[in-house]
Amino acid sequence: MRRTALGLLLIPGIALVLGASAFPQVRSIELPPDNAIAELRPGPGVEVVRANCIACHSTDYIVRQPRSDAKHWEGEVKKMISVYGVPIGEADAKVIVEYLAAVYGPAPANATKEKKPTKSGPKAP
Amino acid sequence: MSSHFLHAALSRRHFLSLVGTAATVPRAGFLETSKAYAAEDPILAGRPLVRYPEKTDLILLTSRPPQLETPMKYFEHAITPNEAFYVRYHTFPPPTHIDLSTWRLRLAGLVERPLELSLDDLKSEFSTTRLVAVNQCSGNSRGRSEPRVFGGQWGDGAMGNAEWTGVRLQDLLRRAGVKTGAVEIAFRGFDDPAAPTVPHFAKSLTMSMVADSPDILVAYEMNGQPLPTLNGFPARLVVPGWYSTYWVKHLAEITVLDHDFDSFWMQKAYRIPASPCGCVEPGPTAARTVPINRMKVRSFIISPKEGARVAVGRPVAPKGIAFDGGYGIADVEISADEGSSWRRAVLGRDLGPYSFREWSAPWAPTKRGNFSLLVRAVNRVGESQPFEAAWNPSGYMRNVIEKIRVTAV
Repeated sequence: MRRTALGLLLIPGIALVLGASAFPQVRSIELPPDNAIAELRPGPGVEVVRANCIACHSTDYIVRQPRSDAKHWEGEVKKMISVYGVPIGEADAKVIVEYLAAVYGPAPANATKEKKPTKSGPKAP
Repeated sequence: MSSHFLHAALSRRHFLSLVGTAATVPRAGFLETSKAYAAEDPILAGRPLVRYPEKTDLILLTSRPPQLETPMKYFEHAITPNEAFYVRYHTFPPPTHIDLSTWRLRLAGLVERPLELSLDDLKSEFSTTRLVAVNQCSGNSRGRSEPRVFGGQWGDGAMGNAEWTGVRLQDLLRRAGVKTGAVEIAFRGFDDPAAPTVPHFAKSLTMSMVADSPDILVAYEMNGQPLPTLNGFPARLVVPGWYSTYWVKHLAEITVLDHDFDSFWMQKAYRIPASPCGCVEPGPTAARTVPINRMKVRSFIISPKEGARVAVGRPVAPKGIAFDGGYGIADVEISADEGSSWRRAVLGRDLGPYSFREWSAPWAPTKRGNFSLLVRAVNRVGESQPFEAAWNPSGYMRNVIEKIRVTAV
């Protein structure tokens, strides 16, 4: 309802804009701040992760990934270094992998919420 | 395509999106995280809805670089409104200030006459082409990969369907005059990553593919409006039928090459196993890979929603959309008995082979209890969807038969 009301109010404004200029020459937008909900969970090394990782990407790039073991997280950290050229020192890289594997490591088996295929799966035609 | 009806429907949407845009622009910079996306979907549940500039409320996947997902309700209709169209960037920052007086599209490399075109040149010096095409992220639905894989954990909303207006790439190449020996054409946007070490997002298509594809466009309008900034203003490549990794946004340079394009985004990323399904058994790395290309057939039930309660004996009329890699949808079928029997859906208006095709199917539950509703589509060359999801290490090209659960009471 709010949009309908606004729409009615804005009709004259739109007509004016369209009449004045067929096409605006400059487009300018402002991006919102990072998603605060995706803050890194506390844990040993979290400050090292913040210092090395969040200049290039928001924390939701980390916290939204599937929980994974150290080997998988190490692969991601190495990719940041070799592909994207992020200057992460060896010592820091080790701390980052340990943090990720500890805080975002594999979930205990009894806490897994992964969806399993139903036991009576669909039959082929 | 019955253009009269399409355009009537579009102009109403244009108007609505203008209103929506005018209402949202003053709120740019406002991150609304109070609302969580209420979804049965475990991949999406709890994610915030956010409103970015020129956009309506979308599901936030990541903020920087931004990745925003379209809620499924927008797929009840074949055309996705601009303000609801998903957003995906590889590098940060995306362009936030664009001046058309300085923007130029350059076409250079192995050509007789390099071109340098303003937006007005594109509009006035070449014939205009309009087509409706699905833009779908290679990793759409990646969050459902099992075993799970790293990458953007999308639900199913990294896709959208729009009418694109622009100039045929072949017309631009004809004007420039491609010299003999052309192998690939590279496309680069003007968005520059903040760190110089980050590979600039750029893609390529082979010369032979482009020569066979008259419908590739440099598009400057989407559903009759200039592109939203976050969807590639002022112009983007449209590669109908192919995954959107090739639809380079903020297009600035087209370069004809006499060799394969050496870009991280072609040689290392966006590659699929070289098997016919583009898939492997989970675990090992594929021995040989090829660049991702044409989209697989998909279909979705948009209504009723997962978990809906429906009445015994009352028609439910499931409906949704289907699409493929550009051959066009031939048939859509639904099943209410786990795939033992199928009934044919009625297809909606044909907006062209690259478009979403709406469908609806008669169905009424005959008894109380839980039902699964399955949907599958087949395209005009006989390609369909598998019962078991194909897997690859990057979570690309998902097209398993989709299934929703409803309860008849």
